[in-house]
Amino acid sequence: MEDMLFYDRMQFAFTITFHYLFPQLTMGLSLIVVYFKGKYLYSEIEKYNDAAKFWMKIFALNFAMGVVTGIPMEFQFGTNWAKFSELTGGIIGQTLAMEGMFSFFLESSFLGLFIFGEKLLGHKLHFVTGFLVFLGSWASGYLIIATHSWMQHPVGYEILENGRFVLNNFSALFSNPWLLPSYFHNQLASVITASFVVAAIGAFYILNNKHSEFGKLFVKTGVGFGLVSSILVAFPTGDLVAKNVVKHQPVTFAAMEGIFETEEGGSEIVLIGQPNMLEQKLDNKIAVPNILSFLTYQDWNAEIKGLNEFDKSTHPTNIPGLYYAYHIMVGLGTIFIGLMLLAAVQLFRKKLYTTKWILWALMFMLPFPYIANTTGWYTAELGRQPWLVYNLLRTADGASPTVSAGNTLFTLLGFIGLYLLLGLLFLMLAGKIINKGPQLNNTH
Amino acid sequence: MELFWYIVLMTMLAVYVILDGYDFGAGIIHLFFAKTEKDKKAITNAIGPFWDANEVWLIASGGILFFAFPTLYASSFSGFYLPLIMILWLLIFRAIGLELRGQIHNRIWEAIWDKAFGISSLLLALFFGVALGNVVRGVNLGNVVNGVSTHEAHFFFLPLWNPTFSPHAEALGVIDWFTLLLGVIGVVSLAIHGANWIIFKTNSDLNTKLRKVIFNLNIVLLVLVIISILIWHLIEPKPFHNFFKYPWLWLFPIITLTGLLGLFKIKSFKKDGYGFIFSSLFLFGGLTTTVSSIFPKVLPSTNDINPDLTLYNVAADEYGLSVGVYWFAIAIVLVAVYMFIQYKVFRGKMDDVGYGEH
Ligand code: HDD
Ligand code: HEM
Ligand code: HEM
Repeated sequence: MEDMLFYDRMQFAFTITFHYLFPQLTMGLSLIVVYFKGKYLYSEIEKYNDAAKFWMKIFALNFAMGVVTGIPMEFQFGTNWAKFSELTGGIIGQTLAMEGMFSFFLESSFLGLFIFGEKLLGHKLHFVTGFLVFLGSWASGYLIIATHSWMQHPVGYEILENGRFVLNNFSALFSNPWLLPSYFHNQLASVITASFVVAAIGAFYILNNKHSEFGKLFVKTGVGFGLVSSILVAFPTGDLVAKNVVKHQPVTFAAMEGIFETEEGGSEIVLIGQPNMLEQKLDNKIAVPNILSFLTYQDWNAEIKGLNEFDKSTHPTNIPGLYYAYHIMVGLGTIFIGLMLLAAVQLFRKKLYTTKWILWALMFMLPFPYIANTTGWYTAELGRQPWLVYNLLRTADGASPTVSAGNTLFTLLGFIGLYLLLGLLFLMLAGKIINKGPQLNNTH
Repeated sequence: MELFWYIVLMTMLAVYVILDGYDFGAGIIHLFFAKTEKDKKAITNAIGPFWDANEVWLIASGGILFFAFPTLYASSFSGFYLPLIMILWLLIFRAIGLELRGQIHNRIWEAIWDKAFGISSLLLALFFGVALGNVVRGVNLGNVVNGVSTHEAHFFFLPLWNPTFSPHAEALGVIDWFTLLLGVIGVVSLAIHGANWIIFKTNSDLNTKLRKVIFNLNIVLLVLVIISILIWHLIEPKPFHNFFKYPWLWLFPIITLTGLLGLFKIKSFKKDGYGFIFSSLFLFGGLTTTVSSIFPKVLPSTNDINPDLTLYNVAADEYGLSVGVYWFAIAIVLVAVYMFIQYKVFRGKMDDVGYGEH
């Protein structure tokens, strides 16, 4: 029983983590591609169209990866979490079915047109198809986050005698207080990924002295989008999601921040320290007093409950993991703001393209938004444990009763092998596109 | 309300089979009949801009199943765990086979992805036929052993096969001689369907050859269909029960027959699209006839202890199903508009869309 649950969880965590590497770029990059195409329509400078076409190639490859890894997600609720699906399908099935009907059809129909249709459609309509793909992917994110928000903070439901959750208020699913902060936080985080990718490739072109005209355009665009989104992801949206956690899942918040004991007269914010679960404290801690109370309640002395105030059975199951995930996300978020500010200042002084060390930093930053996004999701998911539906349904009660550990391990290994192959192919082909670089239309 | 969503779900699945079916069929044709680079180009051009959107019908059907019939979704997806995960893997191979082939021009690279695309299409066609067979045959709900359920009445688990390959064994498997028969019908009928699509959408040199292929495969299909009708009662004791109760249901077998027999005139069709219409009729008719014969069961039980799953005992509650109608009505109109636009832009022959040339 125990290891069956373990493999189910491993498989879900592995496949969703891998899946989400792609949509985070899809959603942000579709915005930037539409921006380039729109800029071309407006200015009629050929360079912008070439830029749009170049990123469209990366986008198409990335999108294909998102699709093939997304389909297993849709199936897995039934295959590995059958009990959960049976009990809550009447509710989360709504939003997931809406995602299929509203966004996947929109995205996939117009993606084909966007990629193959430039000649057939003309530039204006081509822009419109790009915009619709963007709309589809953001709608997809919205409906997924709505699903996820219901699991974090269930609303509009009723529980029948047989344990089934039934919906009694459809609009509550969309006015869930958890939804909007979470959605905007997540979307901005995906714009961060895309802007850092665009800026990193631009920096690579400049440093490599190849395609440096495009390099400059990419760096400039990446820094512009990156600065705005890095700031907005922390404030107001990061702040708002954190407040939701304090309000609705105080025990999760205590674990995220590493507060073992409630502190009199206001809580400090922990910068460094490793959770020591045996002694229930943080080792070699560095902290700044009272900041956390202020950030959370705008009151220097407000009390924040520590883990000691909650029953052990409601503590998140992996407190160190949760603590690190959260601190890595927030730490990286701070670094992103810092780097983008520096880059923006240099851009403003027209010195960015010659400030080598910032270009190197931008280039090496490429993987970090992916890490921040993944650790952000680990914060959300580990924070929700031991619950599948917060406070109502335990993870242990959601797994498929008839699928044995041996079968789940078999498919988990299969997914690992297959996704390894997919990841290698993706990197290889993306590398090829990047190496070839954007083509100036008049050169061929 | 349950009936409404049942019809919606079945219709969406039928649309999925007709649309993605031609992609699988094209893959099978690609595997066996495309010899030159030009043939291969013609085939991938004919399905390139469509296959992704076609696959969404599967995802969306899954979503509707989850939403409207959560118990069936939970029961069948966990019970058919292994074949479903394998379908996922095959779908991944099909997709990367199609998408990656054109990225690098190298004979070995291209050969690998050609085979990945072809073989996974073939196996998918087989698996979907087998899946239909399983739904008709039913499963050991509650995993009954020696007269005692070992699980809740609506859960079960099937291994890929049992040693006897018999649909009547107590310990059933996904693959037995009956489900395999339907699997082969799936392969043959989708191969025909895909060939018709290629004829419809291209001017390739293959077309004349494909007309012959279709004619011959159609003979095979006719034989297989006759065999399956003859043995159907071994699996479903009262196959015609519903048809006598609701005579209008005979419409579905008639559609099937029209599609099947109509195709024998393939060589004299005036328009290239006619063949595709007939094979679509066959697929649509075949599916609807099959589900009509087991209605209102959605997953029969092979033991006497646990009841069949019917569309009534697996559905979500009334309120959720009724609000769903509103958003579904809006969504389906939008989907129709997208499809109209898509097929309008890519109307006619597609020999030069340049699919996969980056
Ligand atoms: C580039 C990525 C990125 C960056 C820089 C940040 N976040 Fe974040 N964060 C995410 C990417 C992310 C995410 C992956 O997108 C999550 C997972 C769930 C969600 O909606 O967004 C998330 C979740 C998440 C949660 C958990 C919500 C829950 O339990 O459901 C909190 C409390 C924060 N974030 C707070 C912050 C704060 C205060 C930041 C300040 C710098 C911050 N995040 C930066
Ligand atoms: C709406 C989107 C999502 C839904 C509905 C969802 C749902 C679930 C479910 C059902 C589980 C299994 C039960 C469990 O072990 O907690 C789970 C676990 C998990 N999910 Fe999510 N998830 C979503 C998004 C994500 C994303 C985007 C990520 C990561 C990038 C993620 C990371 C994880 C991880 C790491 C686990 C394992 C947690 C553990 O085992 O302790 N999830 N999620
Ligand atoms: C934070 C969580 C998630 C977000 C924001 C997200 C977003 C997206 C986006 C934008 C796409 C389309 C773009 C692309 O393919 O790259 C996509 C694809 C897909 N996602 Fe996710 N996803 C998440 C998690 C999940 C989960 C939990 C499921 C399972 C229900 C899922 C199912 C799918 C499917 C089936 C596709 C393919 C759709 C197609 O064919 O167009 N995703 N996702």
